[in-house]
Amino acid sequence: MDNKTLRNMLIGLAVLVILTPLGLLAIGETFGEWGNEELKDKIGYVPEGMEKISSLWEAPLPDYALPGFENFSASAIIYIISALLGVAICGGLLYYWGRRVTRNRPD
Amino acid sequence: MHVPDGYLGPHTYIPLWILMIPIWAYAARRLSEELRSRQVPLLALSAAFSFVIMMFNVPIPGGSTGHAVGGAIVGIVLGPWAAVISISVALVLQALMFGDGGITAIPANCLTMAVLMPFSAYYIYRIISGKSDILSSRRVAAAAVAGYVSLTLAAGATGFLFGIQPILEQDASGMPLYMPYGLNVTMPAMLIEHVLGFGFLEALVTALIFAYIQKADPSLLIGAMRGPRGNSASSG
Repeated sequence: MDNKTLRNMLIGLAVLVILTPLGLLAIGETFGEWGNEELKDKIGYVPEGMEKISSLWEAPLPDYALPGFENFSASAIIYIISALLGVAICGGLLYYWGRRVTRNRPD
Repeated sequence: MHVPDGYLGPHTYIPLWILMIPIWAYAARRLSEELRSRQVPLLALSAAFSFVIMMFNVPIPGGSTGHAVGGAIVGIVLGPWAAVISISVALVLQALMFGDGGITAIPANCLTMAVLMPFSAYYIYRIISGKSDILSSRRVAAAAVAGYVSLTLAAGATGFLFGIQPILEQDASGMPLYMPYGLNVTMPAMLIEHVLGFGFLEALVTALIFAYIQKADPSLLIGAMRGPRGNSASSG
């Protein structure tokens, strides 16, 4: 990949990162991703096994948000920071690993 | 399509872990043998791109929201084994750090979005492209169809995993322990919204990026044509 293409792709990715808060505007539910309360509203109970497993893991930034920062501008900033973290960690890990496994290859 | 913890019972997620661990190991080995150094930036970008594109929730009529995955374009450009690693890295990070998709459900989400999706997209793209020129618009159409069909397949597979839960996992009185809805609800719910909505989004994302690469650096596409074990169209 030449440098110009790489640069343009990085610019494209940066634009996407800045625009990610648009994803916050979508209001609605996603099938099969209801929280326990939402499911209780739907069917009247929370299945027993689900109740046990559903809170198994506490993510540091649940749903790309920080509890307590719920107005739009704060959530937009946290959403962008989440995207940047995702880019840095995913891209960084694969770049590092890729460089290691290809270090003796000519092309 | 990110299955959270609690929707799939152990009779589903334990076999899926057992299935996915060797798939990840094999994909990592294949990729470490075949990756070319000039593909490394693209591999890194692909995971970053997939992570970000999944944050673009889009509403569709009917009150549901969803997003594209990027699994099709990554499978087409870098090859399906590279896509297994790339999309899985994005999905695991989403689960661990952002609670988007469950920990127990990591192999389920990786099977649908990081395996089924790029593999089906890769083969659909190749079949429709045939021997057409690498710069032809037929290949853009092939990429679009691959995006549409592969996302729908992944959604159908997720619907299937959801829908078998009430059959597999019940308590003594026959109450569902995990996902309460059966196949008659989960399959249409997952399929219809992807057939009528998000499939077109994935098609658009796949076609746009494909057309851009065609214009900017088609050698990236010839690289993917070399395919598994470097045994097909081009010697690259």
